[in-house]
Amino acid sequence: MSKGQEGVLPQGKEQENLLVMLERAQSEFGYVPEEFIVEAAHSLNVSISEVYGVATFYSFLSTKPLGKNVIRICKSLPCYLKNSQMIIKSVEDEIGIKPGETTPDGKFSFELTNCIGACDEAPAMLINNDVHVNLTPGKISQILKSYK
Amino acid sequence: MSEKRIVLKNCEVIDPRHITTYLTRDGFRALEKAQKEMTPEEIIEEVKASGLRGRGGAGFPCGLKWELARNAPGDEKYVICNADEGEVGTFKDRYILQNDPFTLIEGIAIAAHAIGAKQGYIYLRAEYHHLLDSLVNAIDQAKERGFLQHVDIDIREGAGAYVCGEESALMDSIEGKRGEVRYRPPFPPTKGLWGKPTIINNVETLMNIPQIILNGASWFNQIGTERSKGTKVFSVSGDVKRPGVYELVLGTRLKELVEELALAEKVKMVQVGGATGRLVPYDMIDTALSFETILGAGAITVFDQSRDVIDIVYRTMEFLAEESCGKCAPCREGTEAMVEILGRFFRSEGMEKDIRVLEELSSAMMLSSLCGLGQAAPIPVTDSLQYFRNDYENRIK
Repeated sequence: MSKGQEGVLPQGKEQENLLVMLERAQSEFGYVPEEFIVEAAHSLNVSISEVYGVATFYSFLSTKPLGKNVIRICKSLPCYLKNSQMIIKSVEDEIGIKPGETTPDGKFSFELTNCIGACDEAPAMLINNDVHVNLTPGKISQILKSYK
Repeated sequence: MSEKRIVLKNCEVIDPRHITTYLTRDGFRALEKAQKEMTPEEIIEEVKASGLRGRGGAGFPCGLKWELARNAPGDEKYVICNADEGEVGTFKDRYILQNDPFTLIEGIAIAAHAIGAKQGYIYLRAEYHHLLDSLVNAIDQAKERGFLQHVDIDIREGAGAYVCGEESALMDSIEGKRGEVRYRPPFPPTKGLWGKPTIINNVETLMNIPQIILNGASWFNQIGTERSKGTKVFSVSGDVKRPGVYELVLGTRLKELVEELALAEKVKMVQVGGATGRLVPYDMIDTALSFETILGAGAITVFDQSRDVIDIVYRTMEFLAEESCGKCAPCREGTEAMVEILGRFFRSEGMEKDIRVLEELSSAMMLSSLCGLGQAAPIPVTDSLQYFRNDYENRIK
């Protein structure tokens, strides 16, 4: 590393808690609100753009409000080989929205995600932090009903 | 060559909720031996002599990494356990964390003692939040029993980013930043987390440590091949009758794992090592699984004869384009360009020049990308062009 670069790199740990704070906001409010980003920047003494940059980098953080429950169906190859397409279709039919959307009543947001590490029991999805595996179209309705 | 349980020795044997069941199976005896009977230098020598190499995909010699960190100046050092198992088709670390969190904690505690770190982190991917409570519980129990007096182990959760499994991006993420890859050198053992000497080891690598300390390097390095010592835990999925986690002696043939253990039939191709791993056509299924040949982090995705190679490569590239951190142009732009071209082949609209463009782009990305993601992203393309070239040529308009 050149000396010039070294000077630019932040040396302190002021930002250490940023991701943890954003994760908490996400779980508390269901998203990371703009006001939260501004406040976090002030309290940690880093720029607003830095905080916004972190909040928008990670796929489990959202700067727009999400539904009360977030459905994430795995779209990676091992699940694809086990007909994840059919599961995606079943969820679309069941709640009437496409991936990337939120139901009008705010109950569900629906997303596709990359490998969630449940390939031995594919196809799989996460709803909030719960893993649902060995999915069939027939199971979807019942699983979704258990989320209020 | 075949199945042997070293890493998974306690899995489905102990109760992961109760440390007592671990203690009855030599639990924390290796740590005790390391602290009472060995100097840190002796521990590092033992790990070096064992020939243990990193299990996260890169295969760097574990003892050498520890030695570099031990010898780096400064008294603030860190141990990080990489539990950001994001490689497509990999779930062995999930299985390990679910079934035996204690061996991992013991491994981290020994590593910390060896390099002189007082703080350890487990970086757990967001998708594995469901494992958090059990892991916290295991750390608490180890602490209550007095095993962690020399080191604090904290868990940091990821928030959904494949690239954070890359060690420098992972450190940026723990520092609360975007998980972007760093320029190297300097390497983590000299300048890692917050610029301090740091070792980052995969879950499976650390799982080997207690038994190497207890049984000795000469026991461990009898197992495996010349440059691949010990076992490897594989995650097998796709077109197989028995998907799951298998621990095999390094050097075992891919055929044995895929056909004899996982019961695959009519295999067309196997992807070894996930999205950036190698494609192995069926006529090469006798290949041994080792660092000398093919390995990666041990993701084994099996495709039968009904599968379309172009479809597989196209989807793989879509994944890589999405997960590129965007810091360097060859990876950020290269993966996008490949998605576009592979999309044409997928729709049978390939152009005459496309194969040549794919090959040129591949070599540019391999040479000039900043980290392993971009350097290895073209592998599915180059391998499929090598073994399944007809599939491309038949889709030129």
